[in-house]
Amino acid sequence: MDNIIEIHDLHFSYPAEDEESAPSEVLKGIDLTIKKGEFVVVLGHNGSGKSTLAKHLNAILVPTEGKVTVGGIDTSDESRLFDLRQTAGMVFQNPDNQIVSSVVEEDVAFALENLGVPYEEMRRRVDEALKAVNMYEYRLHSPSQLSGGQKQRVAIAGIIAMEPDCIILDEPTAMLDPQGRKEVLATIHQMNREKGITIVLITHYMDEAAQCGRVVVMDKGRVVLDGVPEKVFSQVDTLKEIGLDVPQVTELAWELNKAGCDISPETISEEECVEALLKLFGT
Amino acid sequence: MLRDITIGQYFPGNSIIHRLDPRFKIVITVLYIIMLFTGDSMVCLGIGAVYTIMAMLLSQVKLKMFLKSVKPLMPFLLITAVLNLFLVSTGDVLWHWKFLKVTSGGINISVFMIVRIVLLIMGTSILTYTTSPITLTDAIERLLSPLKKLKFPVHELAMMMSIALRFIPTLIEETDKIISAQKARGAELDTGSFTTRAKNLISILVPLFTSSFRRADELATAMECRCYHGGEGRTRLRQLRSAPRDYIALAVTLLFLAAVIVIKITKPFAF
Repeated sequence: MDNIIEIHDLHFSYPAEDEESAPSEVLKGIDLTIKKGEFVVVLGHNGSGKSTLAKHLNAILVPTEGKVTVGGIDTSDESRLFDLRQTAGMVFQNPDNQIVSSVVEEDVAFALENLGVPYEEMRRRVDEALKAVNMYEYRLHSPSQLSGGQKQRVAIAGIIAMEPDCIILDEPTAMLDPQGRKEVLATIHQMNREKGITIVLITHYMDEAAQCGRVVVMDKGRVVLDGVPEKVFSQVDTLKEIGLDVPQVTELAWELNKAGCDISPETISEEECVEALLKLFGT
Repeated sequence: MLRDITIGQYFPGNSIIHRLDPRFKIVITVLYIIMLFTGDSMVCLGIGAVYTIMAMLLSQVKLKMFLKSVKPLMPFLLITAVLNLFLVSTGDVLWHWKFLKVTSGGINISVFMIVRIVLLIMGTSILTYTTSPITLTDAIERLLSPLKKLKFPVHELAMMMSIALRFIPTLIEETDKIISAQKARGAELDTGSFTTRAKNLISILVPLFTSSFRRADELATAMECRCYHGGEGRTRLRQLRSAPRDYIALAVTLLFLAAVIVIKITKPFAF
């Protein structure tokens, strides 16, 4: 499979606020490649640089040093900015602040309108995108009538309408209630599964990471762990050291394992854990 | 409390007036205003009144709403009437007391002015009652688009208006939250003298402004991410198509306007 995102030795600093202070380096040399169709979760607590990294994938920020290519396009190449943004769409944290129009379907069409897509094709793509996120029946509603989860799904539809190869979501569930989170996550997983869209999900919720194909953990501008969830979460010591929680089941399994029980610390789902515990107690 | 605010006074419906192309509705409204101001006799106004009543009936908006639209302008109407009544001195003197006198010409002109203003308000309300603000913005953008050649920022203005419309409910909700938050911290917003209350408003406006700036910043980034680069080469999902009924409505309006102009020039009725 091809790599869709290639990050090579990425450094990024925000410019110094005044002459005396040194520029603050947020990203300190990141190497990362993401394959087409992967579902990658980027974890890290506040200030780890995960959002800054996300902004590099969409050329909102360009590297101070190093190189980022998305779908073969160098993000610092301004002449291909629109191609890049069609290849990699971005969904933000606050659903209210990314919806432009007062009518749902017109908001979904916003990117297509900007790109000058002809009417018939626009109509088709908007309807398809709305159906894909199960918001078709709300197409004539005003966004203010929708719940947070629904608004976020509209925002996702707005990106899907561009038919991107990759969607980057920057903490899309941080402002939602549990029901909204569930809806949005289900939608993201469905996009990955059914349309083969590469997903980069930035989050600080551990349980969201447990359901994906690959976890990248960031701390202080560097990638510290990278691998399948089972492998990453079994590194309980490292995770705790950088201030991240481990999913409860994994922590339980890890503690039991440390206490000498025969249970794998690579347990990440509740079902797995229950099964392992039942086996352990010999029932 | 704040949630009750409606902007634009739009009453959704499916009448023939609702279904007219908004571009035609704007043009027709302009013609209507010209019609009212061209007419200089009661007969002309009568024609205007017939037209207005016809449009009001077709719009299926309740009469009460039209009366409501006139209400805030009552003081203005009264002042106009009183000034005309006493200051116009043509015709027969009907009543006088010291320097004040009322003439038949004065009465005529007062009544004429009141009827004209009431018709003006009611007639133009039909436009905002039957057209949603977002459609209206869209129609204005398209009608003004020839001005783009003169470097007039038509698209930018329309975009600003539609974003403002989009964020009105969001900001109202936010204001509600800030008010509750400040009350929870002991702010007294409903008591005190006018100046204290005005000062207390600062505690609501400052957080509202800072959050609006943050929203604006995030929205700008989100718009850029969706390839927004101004009005150039943009296509639209909302298609405005004119139907035969639009041309019929325009023709009827032009007919009324022509009648008013003919009467104004030939003066077939002696008044």
